[in-house]
Amino acid sequence: MRSPRAVKRLAWAACVMAGALAAAACGGGVGSGGSGAVLSSSWGDPQNPLEPANTNEVQGGKVLDMVFRGLKRYDPRTGKAKNMLAQSIETTDSRNFTITVRDGWKFSNGEPVTAKSFVDAWNYGASLRNNQKNAYFFGYIEGYDQVHPETGRQTADTLSGLKVTGPRTFTVRLNQKFSTFPDTLGYAAFDPLPSTFFTDHEGWIAKPVGNGPYRIESYTRGSAMNLRKWDGYPGPDKARNDGVTLLVYTDSNTAYTDVLAGNLDLVDDVPATQLKNVKTDLNGRYINTPAGIIQTLAFPYYDPKWNTPGARKVRTGLSMAINRKQITDTIFRGTRTPATDWTSPVLGADGGYKAGLCGEACTYDPARARQLVREGGGLPGGQVRITYNADTGSHKQWVDAVCNSINNALGNDKACVGNPVGTFADFRNQISQHKMSGPFRAGWQMDYPLIQNFLQPLYYTNASSNDGKWSDKRFDHLVDQANAESDRARAVQLFQQAEGVVRDNMAAIPLWYQNGSAGYTDRLHDVALNPFSVPVYDEIKVG
Amino acid sequence: MGRYVVRRLLQMVPVFIGATLLIFLMVNVMGDPVAGLCGERQCDPATAAQLKREFGLDRPLWQQYATYMGNVFAGNFGTAFNGQPVTELMASAFPVTIRLTVVAVLFEIVIGIVLGVMTGLRRGRPVDTSVLVLTLVVISVPTFVTGLLLQLLLGVKWGWIKPSVSPAAAFGELIVPGLVLASVSLAYVTRLTRTSIAENRRSDYVRTAVAKGLPRHRVVTRHLLRNSLIPVVTFIGTDIGALMGGAIVTERIFNIHGVGYQLYQGILRQNTQTVVGFVTVLVLVFLVANLLVDLLYAVLDPRIRYA
Repeated sequence: MRSPRAVKRLAWAACVMAGALAAAACGGGVGSGGSGAVLSSSWGDPQNPLEPANTNEVQGGKVLDMVFRGLKRYDPRTGKAKNMLAQSIETTDSRNFTITVRDGWKFSNGEPVTAKSFVDAWNYGASLRNNQKNAYFFGYIEGYDQVHPETGRQTADTLSGLKVTGPRTFTVRLNQKFSTFPDTLGYAAFDPLPSTFFTDHEGWIAKPVGNGPYRIESYTRGSAMNLRKWDGYPGPDKARNDGVTLLVYTDSNTAYTDVLAGNLDLVDDVPATQLKNVKTDLNGRYINTPAGIIQTLAFPYYDPKWNTPGARKVRTGLSMAINRKQITDTIFRGTRTPATDWTSPVLGADGGYKAGLCGEACTYDPARARQLVREGGGLPGGQVRITYNADTGSHKQWVDAVCNSINNALGNDKACVGNPVGTFADFRNQISQHKMSGPFRAGWQMDYPLIQNFLQPLYYTNASSNDGKWSDKRFDHLVDQANAESDRARAVQLFQQAEGVVRDNMAAIPLWYQNGSAGYTDRLHDVALNPFSVPVYDEIKVG
Repeated sequence: MGRYVVRRLLQMVPVFIGATLLIFLMVNVMGDPVAGLCGERQCDPATAAQLKREFGLDRPLWQQYATYMGNVFAGNFGTAFNGQPVTELMASAFPVTIRLTVVAVLFEIVIGIVLGVMTGLRRGRPVDTSVLVLTLVVISVPTFVTGLLLQLLLGVKWGWIKPSVSPAAAFGELIVPGLVLASVSLAYVTRLTRTSIAENRRSDYVRTAVAKGLPRHRVVTRHLLRNSLIPVVTFIGTDIGALMGGAIVTERIFNIHGVGYQLYQGILRQNTQTVVGFVTVLVLVFLVANLLVDLLYAVLDPRIRYA
């Protein structure tokens, strides 16, 4: 039983001794521990096939981020959208855009990246018959309602708003003004695709080919993926290691134990139960940085009880009854921080984040909370039940803590109880069927670092993630105005005014901003998480 | 004997249909699986409708079940939501779990029966008492505690093993997980063997064998053990099914990508095809294991005859 490790150690020693002679011969092992300058990292089985327009969760996104580069890329540190494959994106009216692709980019199979690679990929992503779950990202492009009608069959195969005008140029026409549209193009759904994606789809799915700093060497679905540095990568962010081995873990506790034993190099989700010991366990090799995730409590506005002027006061009262500081300190041990607005600190002040925008409505004040709830006519139905899914993310702990806080503040043991739902699928099911009778857990992970992404999809009338069906004309109007505004600073201001409307109505109670966390072994250096809480793999140095 | 086997095989048909129908209904009661596919947002209605049509979820339940069973008999277990055929998932998961089960059953047989014989022959002596206390401890400690403890001690503190099993899951890596998985059953096997041996030791045929002047090891192995093993074989036979399906906890702790992992994933994602497919195969394993146990009786005890 002790042989594998011992042998490995010996092999290592041999490598070190022979290092001067044949350093290269020691790399390239495909073992789970990784060897040479290849690191191993924890992974979860992606829920969907790894098509860019079909990947809407972080595990698949992790791979796409290594294998693809789009027109824009969000800076891993600041979150700012910077040109990557785009040479220029020009517009005069915030509605018609001319995009020029940089010369010299290739897919790892040698095929050049052209304007057509983008247009074909976007048309594929938008088309209803391909069942792409991110199709709505193309909803701003003209002709979307023909390729993706809400009911019935599609009447067109391609978006009429996309036109290839040269080998490296294409134009985009939107169905409305959207000044920050270029900044959304860093999202994975907008990645280019090689022609093999269309000619040999099965083969591509089994082993995706992209244009990023890594290429996929082998992929065993459901258990592991071996990525290797692509030597021909033309971009500025070349990989600083030889490759990454992603290993699927069912339980992040096991991944964490493996890191402790040196059997795995990087775990990017430190389980809540280990947070207490993580600093001593890993001797400081632990990072905890803000990510673009905010947790809120949403309300069912389709239920008349919650859609009254009095209910507005009740919601504000509930918000003031939650002791955010205490909960984030004791349960999350600083991996979440109390929210004071409806966006995220990763946006930065000029990106739209405004600390304290919520004001006293998000400050713990039991006396005022009690008063507001009383003025608002008491809790609808005498009790609030916070609905959440119990299968992931230790939601039970914080929901119980929130309820406890509310009960103490209101001086009523039965004011708030948790209402667990067995699985995430069933939870989503009940939400989409409008079965919520009280507040429910709502988490939002940004798709791209723009204030627009924290507001429009969640609070605009009938938006895709407006689960509570909140609707306010003033809010909608301000968002429309902001989208049409070509001056960036002015647009952000308008969005913040819209956020003020959310605050005045307490459309959703902001709870806390979530951090990303990761632990790693002493083999790794320069480990960091980007604002999407994904490790910046290409910057990691091994050894 | 032949007729008996045929009769038993025929009895399996209704059990099989009933079991799959129950699982099918249970997974269906959990609600619409498409809702969980789009993360924290609602799937756009057009895509959701199309997905439902493709998975056949828009048709009445009895029709879904009939199509599903038709496909199963044609060897097609459908496609999981991530686009992988369920047969492919099975091909990767079952070999791993079978290896794990083999390791576990070997532990049960070797350690369990040896300890059982030892204690059964030395009733009331210190060996007997200490093994009894030990089995009591093993039975009362939950599997996840044993698993996590061994993982931490052997994997992290002493570095004898890797804390998790690699995707290849070779026999060597499965020794500790197999021991953890077998631990509780092992204790039961020990106790069953012990009681059975102790009881039969005073029976007439053993006294006769001893009186004939047979050597002691021959009396124990050929006469005493063979007759005492009937309850133990029953237990181990039914345990095979339980081990294969019930390895979820052990597989999670040691990150083994076997049947338990696929079932867990399938249930979380409300993936009817995966769950029903795997459970169907597990039901078959259970039925066949039971039949084999019954046939083994005849081998162990010549008085039992099947007609």
